[in-house]
Amino acid sequence: MESIKDKVAIVGMGCTKFGENWDKSYDDMIIEAVYEAYEDAGMDPRNIQAYWIGSYWSGMPAPSQPLSAILKVGYKPVTRIENMCATASDALRSAAYAVASGVCDIALAIGAEKLKDSGFSGLPTDEIAMGITSTAPNTFRSRNFTAPGHFAMMATSYFNKYGLSPEEGRRMLAKIMVKNHHNGTLSPKAHFQREITIEQVLNAPMIAWPLGLFDCCGVSDGAAAAILVREEKAKSFRKDPVYIKALQIAVGPQEGYMNPRHDWTMVKETYHAGLAAYAEAGVKNPRNDVSMAEVHDCFSITEAVTYEDLQFTRRGGAKEEVDSGTFELTGDLPVNMDGGLKCFGHPIGATGLRMMYEIYKQVQGKAGPRQVKNPGLGLTHNLGGTPGGATVSVCIVGP
Amino acid sequence: MVGIKSYGVYIPYFRLSRAEVAKSWGGYPYPGERAVANYDEDTITMAVAACRDCIRGFDPQEVDSLFLASTTFPYGEKQSSSMVAAAVDLKKDALTLDLSGSLKSGTVGVRLAFDAIRSGSAKSALVSASDMRMGLPSGSKELEFGDGASAFFLGDTEVIATIDSFYTSNEDLFDVFRPVEENYIRSWEDRFCREVGYNRVVLETVTAAAKKFKFTARDFTKAVLYAPNTGYLTGVARMLGFDLKTQVQDSLFNTIGNTGTALSLMMLASALDEAKPGDKILWVGYGDGCDVMVLTVTDEITKIQSRKTVQKHLASKNSLSYPKYLRWRSVIKTEPPMRPRPEPASAVALYRDRKCGMALYGVKCRQCGTVQYPVQRVCMNCLAKDNFEDYRFADRIGRITTFSHDNLAVSPDPPSTIAAVDFEEGGRIMMDVTDRDPAEIKIGMPVEMTFRHIRYVEGIHNYWWKCRPVR
Repeated sequence: MESIKDKVAIVGMGCTKFGENWDKSYDDMIIEAVYEAYEDAGMDPRNIQAYWIGSYWSGMPAPSQPLSAILKVGYKPVTRIENMCATASDALRSAAYAVASGVCDIALAIGAEKLKDSGFSGLPTDEIAMGITSTAPNTFRSRNFTAPGHFAMMATSYFNKYGLSPEEGRRMLAKIMVKNHHNGTLSPKAHFQREITIEQVLNAPMIAWPLGLFDCCGVSDGAAAAILVREEKAKSFRKDPVYIKALQIAVGPQEGYMNPRHDWTMVKETYHAGLAAYAEAGVKNPRNDVSMAEVHDCFSITEAVTYEDLQFTRRGGAKEEVDSGTFELTGDLPVNMDGGLKCFGHPIGATGLRMMYEIYKQVQGKAGPRQVKNPGLGLTHNLGGTPGGATVSVCIVGP
Repeated sequence: MVGIKSYGVYIPYFRLSRAEVAKSWGGYPYPGERAVANYDEDTITMAVAACRDCIRGFDPQEVDSLFLASTTFPYGEKQSSSMVAAAVDLKKDALTLDLSGSLKSGTVGVRLAFDAIRSGSAKSALVSASDMRMGLPSGSKELEFGDGASAFFLGDTEVIATIDSFYTSNEDLFDVFRPVEENYIRSWEDRFCREVGYNRVVLETVTAAAKKFKFTARDFTKAVLYAPNTGYLTGVARMLGFDLKTQVQDSLFNTIGNTGTALSLMMLASALDEAKPGDKILWVGYGDGCDVMVLTVTDEITKIQSRKTVQKHLASKNSLSYPKYLRWRSVIKTEPPMRPRPEPASAVALYRDRKCGMALYGVKCRQCGTVQYPVQRVCMNCLAKDNFEDYRFADRIGRITTFSHDNLAVSPDPPSTIAAVDFEEGGRIMMDVTDRDPAEIKIGMPVEMTFRHIRYVEGIHNYWWKCRPVR
């Protein structure tokens, strides 16, 4: 089995401002992200040879054709991709595979989502998001679970396993959210750009016990795009292309819903996707070899558990690392430099490419006040579903 | 001898204090409290609970017929007893019948069951009665009515009480009634209802039965007389010559309220909880006529009494606020949440899913023994394909492995408590936790399975199972 390592390069990226984009349609956001990527790469739109568009709800039921109309792509292949919240990462992976195979030289991967046209708080339909209506045996006899509810169950179990009282556990999680909010203030395209305090987090209204309002990420609109070319052509577009080292995705069999051996204190899919990505990229010691990461902090507990699942620390080690500031912008291994899902926002089908946009800028040294010193390998971790059954993508890129 | 083999009741977990209601409206403060079905309960779910309580220890597949009585069935056309049969996991060739219209449909059901068994067309029959009748706010009916269900299992072997004689009457009278297009019970003036309705009809029918079967009040250890409240009961009991202190079975008015068709069965269950071998019981149902039965308790009664099912249900309770009651029964309209509308069900999907959904069947792998829910085609442990046996979870105790109290989930009783429930012999089901005090939920807590109403969208009531702390 061959590795994708150093076969494909990203030569242009774009990302809209994330947030409640009342005055921008799904189409508007795609155009903004894609044209920023064209400009970034110095690319004539007519040179793109194939398109992958990732979205979860938007543009349904047939988003491929509208994309051609939006961008006037002109009789080229367009494919719509869905893989839950890891949708954009899978669009990137698919486009990269096409380029690596040699069947096309230049491909465009897009992730876009319009959530705030729905009129709802939270996600448009949790039932679909949670995979309930698609699991035939439970059709329409669903449990009353939401995304926060599912991830809250991981917090309950995690606190219990590692002997943290709910207060201690919630304080650890609050510190992570304070960090991401701080990073968000340095991120002009982020949905939320203000500092918060631990006390604010702890005193906020409860969404799904033990997770409060500030433990949950923003529900946002947004789009992001990446232009991919083969490694040998990359330098003809720019002097600082970013090379793909690993593109892995792991989809779990929903063991957490069925198997008593699954204890809801980790996301197994993250662990497996991480192992595969490290092997593909040749990473021996993730804590030392990865210099920064954008992880899927849909909820505070997800980021805490991800530190462990990606082997940035030992099992149960999240609290001491959080307390010592390991993952802060100035720490050993900065995580969510742009504010993460928490503050940059989470338009479901766009998030994976937004993560990559941040790593891309960091590798190029263009991250402004958020710039990590001596950026080497950067990792994106994009999780869809719930801790009980997830789709997790881990991508590694570098100079 | 044909008679009762077993009995069960279901009294909902929540109770509404009548004094609490009086605080809102003023007026005469009624004593006691009434039982209120949870927001996820209805006539069907309560009947399922009572039937399960009743046939504990029996194989559901041995039940030959199910007669279900209620005045509050969810459908005008679509049988409720067949839904209950599916959830209780009765056999395919069991006879199912809905009995409605009269509050004495429960006692009628017992008579039909008796006749079926005596005629030889059935070896056994389950009779259940379940009701949740509505009175308008600020009226006496809202205070007097209670929600609940009861069930009796009849057969001709090992009976705990024989049914020795029957008598009946029918009566066309507007005392208590509800047109089909209305949700709330109407009644004529109370004096008329009591004098010309209840007192006259019960007295005439029992007197006629006494003449036919040659009994007197002194022949009975207990008189179990349906009565909508304590005043009616003591009045008619006195007229019939019973000693109020020793002979008259309590009407459960102060603890549960008038549970409609379920009440006469529930009162008999109460009497049987305390009965001794040889006791004679006069049992009277009322509603558009009157049913009279004479029962004799047998020695078998002692084998079943340790259950004390009525006492157990009465002791397990929590108080409910009046506004929550009004919301749960849709008496008041509340602001809809800014959340997606519930999706309509697919009759096709429900059909495919009936065994796994309604009867809570999972599977056990024949190759590796791994128990799994929901039903799988490929084993999650050994990947064997289509090599499973059926495995029912409904009567098993689970333990909460992890949980959350979810405020975002739309629920008439927020927060929505959700859990991963693991079973001792294997299997995990993700479930809502109902009938719970959020503060009591802990990891490792034992929970039992309970059949509940999930949603009503575009004419289809969906049911599935939840868990609750063991009652």
